Amino acid sequence: MSNEKKLILIADDDADYLFQMEAMVKNLGYRVKTAESQAEAEKMLDTIKPDLAIFDLMMEQEDSGFILAYKAKRKHPDMPIIIASAATAETGFTFDLYNENDRNWIKADLYLEKGIRSDQLHREINKLLKL
Amino acid sequence: MATLNVLVVDDEPGIRSGINRILGNYTVGYPFMDEDFDFHLIEAGTGEDAIDVLNSQPVDVVLLDNKLPGMDGIEVLEYIKQQKFDVAVMMITSYASLDLAVKATRNGAYNFMPKPFTPQELRATIENVAKHLFLKRMTKKMQAEGKQIRFQFLSVLSHELKSPINAVEGYLKMMQEKQFGDKLEDYDRMIDRSLTRLKGMRNLIMDLLDLTKIESGKKERKMRDVNLADVAKMAMDTMEPYAIQRSVAIHLEVNGDPQLLADPDEMEIIFNNLISNAVKYNKDGGSVEVCLCNQGQNFEIRVTDTGIGMSTEDSEKIFQDFVRIKNSKTKEITGSGLGLSITKKMVEQYNGTIKVESVPDQGTTFILSLPRL
Repeated sequence: MSNEKKLILIADDDADYLFQMEAMVKNLGYRVKTAESQAEAEKMLDTIKPDLAIFDLMMEQEDSGFILAYKAKRKHPDMPIIIASAATAETGFTFDLYNENDRNWIKADLYLEKGIRSDQLHREINKLLKL
Repeated sequence: MATLNVLVVDDEPGIRSGINRILGNYTVGYPFMDEDFDFHLIEAGTGEDAIDVLNSQPVDVVLLDNKLPGMDGIEVLEYIKQQKFDVAVMMITSYASLDLAVKATRNGAYNFMPKPFTPQELRATIENVAKHLFLKRMTKKMQAEGKQIRFQFLSVLSHELKSPINAVEGYLKMMQEKQFGDKLEDYDRMIDRSLTRLKGMRNLIMDLLDLTKIESGKKERKMRDVNLADVAKMAMDTMEPYAIQRSVAIHLEVNGDPQLLADPDEMEIIFNNLISNAVKYNKDGGSVEVCLCNQGQNFEIRVTDTGIGMSTEDSEKIFQDFVRIKNSKTKEITGSGLGLSITKKMVEQYNGTIKVESVPDQGTTFILSLPRL
């Protein structure tokens, strides 16, 4: 089962985190496109349809990732979305996608805390891509 | 035993009595709290009734349905925010659209609870609210006692400190795993970025120290006659290496007598912040004009740059703690987001004012006015 052709879009406003995620995901054997803001990611989604997307939560706004996920799902309803953030540890604001209520308004398939290990990320991506 | 007053706002009597039953004999306790909480329920069938209750008796927690016959939950929430009631609001709603959720969260709703909910869900929710409320009040109490604990400030601060640590840690791991091969030069970019992030962190810590000086209030200010032209020159010298790199010319204009009774260290912080911003947010080949305009009762300082400027919307936010304007033009510029908030606080200690005038892509002017003491 080859996943060489799968394209993953990563959006994050921290250039270093973006670079590191790009390297990590490429290393796992995927193609990667990157965006440094919600606006840039939105524009890219008009022209490309990634197989999966990973969005940072706090970009231009503190809820950019949610809004981006919402808009992305309207364009590509079947594209799995991961929200990656350090928000919980920092703000004490907890949510996950395992309860029905959060899943209804957060249009993402998975919520991950930042700092995830490469093998964990690989497993989660494969699960969402049904590989 | 402490009692929390819980206001239940729902137009369905069944829900209200259900909540009453579930919370009536429920108590919450934590190891870190001196005493347990129990709950006293107050019911309201409409948003209008809820507001009457809020205005007439103490309420700690509001369980708020969004769909109400008259005014809806969001409107009640807006009223609570506007009146600055010290309550924690939990929205109960059978559905939460993204818009509603964002709007409610921005208006201070603490959380959402889906409807229908089980007794267990309600208890868990109330437990969280009680904990949140306790911590919030504890923080407030400590502030009132002069302990200067600012919970929100600290949580943002931890984000600002953690981001560079994460970035540097990430790069070190990539190097440790030799992800880009064995040649050290292939890691140059990562090393550069790590150093940049560490430098940013160092600047943040320096800024925090400045801020602590203001906020501790204990620092004795050493007031003496300060020649602001000398202070300005010192700040210009500090920025010179960076200004040369970017071919930005800095000029100083002094009108009249530049002496002011002030603390020289504080004046230095103010000038350093303004001049370094004027260079950082400039364009290559641009200029910075520093003018000490002596104006009778007030001493006016103007720092004008020919830089990237900003929108009116952005210029209204820049004096707040940790606010940085994020766009493609500021992407490469590092900063703690504290410089201008520090400057403003310092200026205010002298009963002075600071304002900003800016035109996108043309430049920005900061105008300080300091009264002569």
